[in-house]
Amino acid sequence: MDNAFIVSILIITIRAGTSLLYATLGEIFTERAGILNLGVEGIMIMGAATSFSTAYYTNNPWLGLIAAIIVCGFLGLIHAFLTITLRADQVVSGLAMTIFGTGLASFMGQRLGPRGTTLIGLQGPSFDRFPFPLLNHLPILGPSFFNQDILVYILYLLIPILWFFLYKTRPGLKLRAVGENPRASDSMGIDVAKSRYQYTILGAVLIGIAGSHLSLGYLQGWAENITGGRGWIAIALVIFATWNPLRAVLGALLFGGINAIQFRMQAAGTTIPASFLNMMPYIFTILVLVIITWWEAFRKRIGAPSALGLPYVREEKD
Amino acid sequence: MIKPQKLKVVQLKSITKKFPGVLANDQVNLDINNHEILALLGENGAGKTTLMNVLAGLYNPDKGEIFLHGKPIKFHSPRDAIANGIGMVHQHFMLVESLTVAENIVLSLQSKTLSLNLDRIRQEISDLSNQYHMPVDPDAYIWQLSVGEQQRVEIMRLLYRGADILILDEPTAVLTPKEAIELASVLRHMANEGKAIIIITHKLNEVMTFSDRVTILRAGRVVDSMLTEKTSKEELAHKMIGRKVLFQLEKPQCSPGPTVLELESVDALNDKGLPALRSISFQICSGEILGVAGVAGNGQRELAEVITGLRSVTNGSVLVNGEDVTNCTPLEAINTGISHIPGDRIGVGLVANLPVSDNLTMKAYRQPPITRGLFLDSEKLHKFAENLIRSFSITPPLPEIPARLLSGGNQQRLVLAREITANQGVIIGVHPTRGLDVGATESVRCTLLDQREHGASVLLISEDLEEIIQISDRILVLYNGLIMGRASTAEITLEEIGLLMAGQSLNKYNH
Amino acid sequence: MKISFEKRIERSKLSVIMVPVISFILALLSGAIILLSFGVNPLQAYTVMIRGSLGSGYALSETLVKAIPLMLTGLGVSISFRMLFWNIGAEGQLAMGGIAASFVALFLEKFLQPILVLPTMFISAILAGALWGLIPASLKAILGVNEILTTLMMNYIAILLVEYLYLGPWRDPEGYGFPGTAPFPKTAWLPRFTGRIHIGIILAILAATLIWFILNHTKRGYEIRIIGQNPRAARYTGINIGRNILIVMLLSGGLAGIAGMAEVSGIARRLCSGLTVGYGYTAIIVAWLASLNPWGILLIAFLIGGVFVGGDQIQIAMQTPAAVAQVLQGAILFFMLGGTIFSNYRVRIIRGLEKNNPGAEPHG
Repeated sequence: MDNAFIVSILIITIRAGTSLLYATLGEIFTERAGILNLGVEGIMIMGAATSFSTAYYTNNPWLGLIAAIIVCGFLGLIHAFLTITLRADQVVSGLAMTIFGTGLASFMGQRLGPRGTTLIGLQGPSFDRFPFPLLNHLPILGPSFFNQDILVYILYLLIPILWFFLYKTRPGLKLRAVGENPRASDSMGIDVAKSRYQYTILGAVLIGIAGSHLSLGYLQGWAENITGGRGWIAIALVIFATWNPLRAVLGALLFGGINAIQFRMQAAGTTIPASFLNMMPYIFTILVLVIITWWEAFRKRIGAPSALGLPYVREEKD
Repeated sequence: MIKPQKLKVVQLKSITKKFPGVLANDQVNLDINNHEILALLGENGAGKTTLMNVLAGLYNPDKGEIFLHGKPIKFHSPRDAIANGIGMVHQHFMLVESLTVAENIVLSLQSKTLSLNLDRIRQEISDLSNQYHMPVDPDAYIWQLSVGEQQRVEIMRLLYRGADILILDEPTAVLTPKEAIELASVLRHMANEGKAIIIITHKLNEVMTFSDRVTILRAGRVVDSMLTEKTSKEELAHKMIGRKVLFQLEKPQCSPGPTVLELESVDALNDKGLPALRSISFQICSGEILGVAGVAGNGQRELAEVITGLRSVTNGSVLVNGEDVTNCTPLEAINTGISHIPGDRIGVGLVANLPVSDNLTMKAYRQPPITRGLFLDSEKLHKFAENLIRSFSITPPLPEIPARLLSGGNQQRLVLAREITANQGVIIGVHPTRGLDVGATESVRCTLLDQREHGASVLLISEDLEEIIQISDRILVLYNGLIMGRASTAEITLEEIGLLMAGQSLNKYNH
Repeated sequence: MKISFEKRIERSKLSVIMVPVISFILALLSGAIILLSFGVNPLQAYTVMIRGSLGSGYALSETLVKAIPLMLTGLGVSISFRMLFWNIGAEGQLAMGGIAASFVALFLEKFLQPILVLPTMFISAILAGALWGLIPASLKAILGVNEILTTLMMNYIAILLVEYLYLGPWRDPEGYGFPGTAPFPKTAWLPRFTGRIHIGIILAILAATLIWFILNHTKRGYEIRIIGQNPRAARYTGINIGRNILIVMLLSGGLAGIAGMAEVSGIARRLCSGLTVGYGYTAIIVAWLASLNPWGILLIAFLIGGVFVGGDQIQIAMQTPAAVAQVLQGAILFFMLGGTIFSNYRVRIIRGLEKNNPGAEPHG
């Protein structure tokens, strides 16, 4: 295996993994606050559709990104409103969001083209790859990690920032408390509902950016079902990463890497083992879940938010 | 050494607080001084925790005023109270287990800054630790700490926020004896430093060991207040229980038969992993009612659960008619003939949203005529339910309405109807008349006496001393998971029961 | 002054009926707005939709085709939901049922008497779906592992397995690039009535009857009711919750498995893409909208099937995107989700300072 091979694998891994990681990070924050958002797939594809169509008509990928942020943030607000204020079932609301989002995005994709035609096949402005000054001269890492588009570079910055936020700041501490023990947090004066709203919306925004990367960075265009289940993979990755942003990086690289290897194999003429490779992460995730639940102390250290999926009502005793 | 001047820091005047159906505090006056540990003594339902919840900002009093340093003040929330230096450590800690001590303390501060200044926090925790001789490791995770250590974190939290008046609700309920001694010393240091400490308790030795002054509450009113050194356990017990007029109930003479239920050296843990029952041994004969007296939280719930299969024992055995049923499943317990009237009527004893008919048949549904093989005959189910509704006078007599729509008394009739019909020998009744009106109470007691006449063995666990004395043949007193004393109802007095309940052992009942 | 939501003590009969109706109307209105914003005449669109899903024999049959898998899987998830076991894995259980049935059709068929082929496929599909559901059920019953996440993961694995099989070892050698297995032999074809309606519809009605019977006339159904409404009371009364979880999941997974068999054997007559298109997820919504009532599930499955088929028609007749059906479905869902909250809670406007802890109970 020579360097060029490694580099080419890495490039695809990173490009494929970026949208996964954005979405996973977003969902980590939402779940840390105690809200399960199963609508990731719907929100992500809405992000892709919104960003591409806006970018196409304004000829500016940044406006596309901003539009996706606004629209997806709004979708997050809907989920938050339904599950926090109206105390609707989080599973059903998330599934509804997925159905609604995929449908609406598909609708947009077929109608938002010029004169009401399809968006498929259109060439729009995009976030192209460019070499990062200085760092792109590093051996192996240079041409792979530092020859990416701007959203990837932003992600590089975002990872340590989000990690720092979660573990080293006061608001991050509050977030960890809210998902773990909303009643204690409430008694300490933390506004549980407000936190949950904030992080559900933040999560949706990051998922929107993930979608934008798909249509403006990685795949550069619009296709039916452009997300291809990445939203569901992100949900699995959150568990795989045990709600820790740094481990999420690992997971995204793994999944992205599998994508890359699949490409290579397809080029070599066979796709058969790919499906099995693709299964591995889900099987791992189930194993992780079992270990987490079984080992009580392990669970407390990992910090699976205990109150995940349960609505918090102050007056009601459990 | 000159004794420091004690100043009155808080004055509660005529505090009255009502809840639906209950007058928890009735014009209570209370003075709280600094440099002093005050014990608030009383049974369950005496109103002590309610009163302190008012002081700590959790409840608004219906009438009355609070004076802080001479000035009237009103609290709208616990945050208001703590801002004024009043904080409470509750029985159930409010800590986030997956975070560290320092992180938990940081959380309760009302700071708006972004950064976590953990080093400074660590230093300040250290300083407080030293000042009050309360060792606390700022970097330990809460789940790693023992209950005593967690309690210290709660106290530390209040001190950190500048509390000068600290209220502790039943603080030794979850501590080992050694931890209790350590706590006493910590509280003494805090009092010497000028803090005002209030302990809510029902335990006499706690009062005698910890406090400088004691105020006794009974049925929502202040009975008396005195210096601890000037009183005795007997006097306190007497004032705590008081003299009540007993209902006269016909209790026919019954000669008990052979032993039916027997516990031998049973140990069990509670939900927190602490010992709840220690070496419990007793027997109940057929045609006998054994009353278990004691303040809630001393092992009663766990006792009922080990007999009915809802909790396992760590030691010892449970026998019914000579057969070993230790650690059986709830179904096995039911099949052995044990009926359970649970203390938590709505949470455990009923399915509130399902119809009365479903609730009535929760035991009988497994057998013919209601079920044959796999199939359930809903008509027979209905008939069965209707019969029970009639025999036990459940009102309204509508089998289809959801159980939650019945009044408390009728819900209890429902539970009784179900359990007594299925009964084949042993009845475990936990607070069977709690929350019921006089009529319902009377009817429940009569039913139990009736069963006794028919040869049932009844274990009556109740906080209502009157009830225990009225219908039990013999009495056990539980304190801290131990049997403090056992006697026949005829020979023991109310005061003696009170003493036993509060932890004072009496030789003549130690067998 | 603030607004608070308080749990209602009793749901008024009026609200139980009015709220879903109002929600449905609101959903249609919002759908109309979306359609308008894309330049589509909503009245025209809705008319086409109704005609396209119910207006002719063909339309009806197509609606039923979409509805049958929804009915079967919807019934399956409803029974597990009644026990508070959140089975999100219907999609995977359906897939496994399809795989098992395909296996019999492709490889065992030649060893069997023709009359035994379909029953064998049927039984193997039930077993496959049931076993697939049993894995997360056991994890929950024994170790307490969260079933929402495990059933979800099992879906992915099953979907990937299907893909692997029809693109790989089971691929039709004479397929010329078409992704799928060889067509099933005729003995493995589920008989149809008119159009593409296969006897799966009878299976669905039988299943609904079975579920209704189990819930109302068996010991098991009684226990399921109690567990679902108060697990603590269930334990107190001697009910074995773990065993019930397992039994229910066998049933739930089995029904989804039947749906999978019906799809491969009644519609596609082979194993290919188009099996895992989201029926398992939509089924959850169907069950939920029907308040877990077996007959309601049949009805709502039919309606949702109609929305899908009608949506397709809008695309064909009016050149609008087929996704219109999905958008409408999502909108209906959101509004009904929001609406049922109002029938379970009521809005109270509190003036002035309220007690600090309105729902508190007195302690000693």
